[in-house]
Amino acid sequence: MTSWIDIAALDDVPQRGARMIKTTLGCVAVFRTAEDEVFALDNACPHKAGPLSEGIVHGKSVTCPLHNWVFSLETGEAQGADAGRVATYPARVEGGRILLDRTFLNARSAA
Amino acid sequence: MKQKLVVIGAGMASGRVLEHLLEQDREAYDITLFNAEARGNYNRIMLSPVLSGEKTYADIVTHDDGWYAENDITCRFGEKVLEIDRAAKTITGENGTVSYDKLVLGTGSNPFLIPLPGHDLEGVIAYRDLEDTERMMGLGEGSRCVVIGGGLLGLEAAAGMAARGVDVTVVHIMGHLMERQLDEAAGYLLRRALTDKGITVKCAANSKEILGENGKVRALLLDDGTELPCDLLVMAVGIRPNVALGQGAGLAVGKGIHVDDQMVTSDVDVLAVGECVEHNGALFGLVAPLYDQAKVAAQTLLGQSSTFVPKELSTKLKVTGCDLFSAGDFADGEGREDIVFRDPARGVYRRLVIKNNVVIGAVMYGDTADSNWFFGLIRDKTDIADMRDTLIFGPAYQGGTPLDPLAAVAALPRDAEICGCNGICKGQIEDAIAAGASDLGAIKATTKASASCGTCTGLVEQVLAVTLGDDFVLPAAASICGCTDMTHEDVRRMIKSQRLTSMPAVWQECGWKTPDGCHVCRPALNFYLLADWPLEYRDDPQSRFINERKHANIQKDGTYSVVPRMWGGITTPDELRAIADAADKYMVPTVKVTGGQRIDLLGVKSEDLPDIWADLNAAGMVSGHAYSKGLRTVKTCVGTDHCRFGTQDSTGLGIQLEKELWGAWTPHKLKLGVSGCPRNCAEATCKDIGVICVDSGYQISIGGAAGMDVRETELLIQVPTEQEAINVIKALTQLYRENAKYLDRIYKWMAKVGLDWIKERVAAEGDALVDRFELSQTIYRKDPWAEHVSQQAERYKPLATLSLEAAE
Repeated sequence: MTSWIDIAALDDVPQRGARMIKTTLGCVAVFRTAEDEVFALDNACPHKAGPLSEGIVHGKSVTCPLHNWVFSLETGEAQGADAGRVATYPARVEGGRILLDRTFLNARSAA
Repeated sequence: MKQKLVVIGAGMASGRVLEHLLEQDREAYDITLFNAEARGNYNRIMLSPVLSGEKTYADIVTHDDGWYAENDITCRFGEKVLEIDRAAKTITGENGTVSYDKLVLGTGSNPFLIPLPGHDLEGVIAYRDLEDTERMMGLGEGSRCVVIGGGLLGLEAAAGMAARGVDVTVVHIMGHLMERQLDEAAGYLLRRALTDKGITVKCAANSKEILGENGKVRALLLDDGTELPCDLLVMAVGIRPNVALGQGAGLAVGKGIHVDDQMVTSDVDVLAVGECVEHNGALFGLVAPLYDQAKVAAQTLLGQSSTFVPKELSTKLKVTGCDLFSAGDFADGEGREDIVFRDPARGVYRRLVIKNNVVIGAVMYGDTADSNWFFGLIRDKTDIADMRDTLIFGPAYQGGTPLDPLAAVAALPRDAEICGCNGICKGQIEDAIAAGASDLGAIKATTKASASCGTCTGLVEQVLAVTLGDDFVLPAAASICGCTDMTHEDVRRMIKSQRLTSMPAVWQECGWKTPDGCHVCRPALNFYLLADWPLEYRDDPQSRFINERKHANIQKDGTYSVVPRMWGGITTPDELRAIADAADKYMVPTVKVTGGQRIDLLGVKSEDLPDIWADLNAAGMVSGHAYSKGLRTVKTCVGTDHCRFGTQDSTGLGIQLEKELWGAWTPHKLKLGVSGCPRNCAEATCKDIGVICVDSGYQISIGGAAGMDVRETELLIQVPTEQEAINVIKALTQLYRENAKYLDRIYKWMAKVGLDWIKERVAAEGDALVDRFELSQTIYRKDPWAEHVSQQAERYKPLATLSLEAAE
């Protein structure tokens, strides 16, 4: 079952950029690509917990600002030689608003 | 007895309904056709070729008087319908009432006019019908027109008028043209082609007001104050379904008149087709689905079962010489991959968007010959797994040729400047090769290309490779990153010589292999573009590392450090009090004195940054740029003010230098020092630029370092006055940023180009360098903190705060 919640306007996140949302279970980064796709991932890089929402967004990837690990926004997998993964959450845009799924955001504490 | 059919609106969709109906059963209906325009059906989408002069109105008439007569259609053209009475099943027009058994609404759409002040002036029109077209055709050669809207229709209008010799400016609110159909790269190519046709294109431009004189349009005023004079102003910003009649008749109406899959409205005897309808929440503006609707409506009228299914759409722009194609979906959604092909030599760009081995979107520019094939793949959802490797080359290239890394250089015209120092063009190098030069040394000897600063060496070698083919083996040079085969130096020369002023321009002309670069190339390109085109290019925060995007240094725990500027290392009790207050108020855990003679507040939270900056701004302090690849500090000693050995006012000079240079972006960080005497208390001789004051003037030396490498500066020049010292330093800084590779500090750059070359250039073109430095500083010599506090403080806060409950 899904329960979409309205987070913010798409335009609140710059193209090729990201913003962070705070939750009681930790921070989630919301990314917007050049093509206006949105993705939601855990904000912390598995390497040294760098805030991914502050990274450079290119294609469907983000580069961590601390040590340049690159992650796929689609799978959360580290790219290239680095090994690691960040959790991803369903996200979509509807009528110019960014929606996230509360069920999945809630479920992650169990993982 | 025949049933009575009334059709309101003689548009492209209703015309097709009539054709299909008559083809199948000529005897089913007595037909009456109303049209508010005093003419019958014509092909509205061909108005653009009429405007450009490639076709005439007669060419685009789809149904002439003879056709209506032959088919016994009662035409009531030039007559407005006043009322639909659904209970009585009658239509009342200006010339009387007629009854119907079935009614078809084809009322089309109205152009949307932005309600700018002045939109009702004479000479402000939309682009919708033949009258509008004729207004545009009536403009004489040399008259001026502004088109608001850089979409399909606006650009066709602009190109049509330009073809008639009208001076046309397109004003578009978005960052690139046709943003709904094209991505940035294709938008860039389109813009270039239109510019070549003499059309001025202004993107990211907001219209503020339409200015008039004696009730007639005179100019468009943009919100940046620019005035664009014009004799005619065309608004082509979109259309709205024309629902007035349907609404008046009490039909269900949303954005358009609601219809079901059979094109029937909320009244079983009333159908609607075309741009006035809303089907499953969708509106229609392109012709293909309109024709499908017409077919379904005709079958419904004949009592046959039929269903309207919206299909994938494709777009082509009808501007001669601009071949572009866009289809499907290239936005929104997960699990997508891109295949990008660029051929700078031919101005070709292709991009396919693939999901689960199916092509779901395509953008093509320059060569659209294969567009139907790609559109077929999208429409049929063909599995492309087996041909994926060669897919991008089109149907003829199964096993096609690999990308040519030399294509960008091969594409350069003969007059493209390759060596900026000596003014050598590609043609001169080609001539030298034709005359027998076959390696870099021979080219240097005969043309002087790459014999000075050497940054064009890569390009010269590539010209050799392109011209000599297999006879020349290209030395392997390190490219910027995996997105390109070009080196920093190659790309920089391309940016200058080909006047590339935007990132999409660089990606296209240099054959980037990714849609929008990566974290390695984007910051470099952003720097090169803003350094070379300070007025034309706008800094892109999304291509900067976090420190420069947030104007603070990120720390390992995700907090930031804040360093206000202390000009020349001089502060006051008031400033210190303000810093102390800020440290208390924002609970700054660490306060440290830096090596650059200022104070670092470490451990500030992101959301507190705008507030702490506002407090520091209020006390008169600005950003110290302690985070930037730009001017950091000018360290000074106390000079003649207090010191018994000081020979000059080193503090004063340091403060002046810092006030002149602050805000300037450079390839890497730039640190200066000014010492009042050769005892050198400001440690000026291990700075990027150091000044040692002596009795007879100022010794300026450069290329010091005190980091991973430790180096002493080397003397550039000694000058007698403070003003000359400031000018030499400005000229040197400008030379450095125009020529050095991104992330090379001065000592690294100096090792490549040589101190003698730097001395020569500063001596030869010092004034011009200072002018260019000052020009750039008009944009960048300002406090980014104040700007962010007032304009984007929100960006520093979380987007949202959610209270979630842990799962059971």
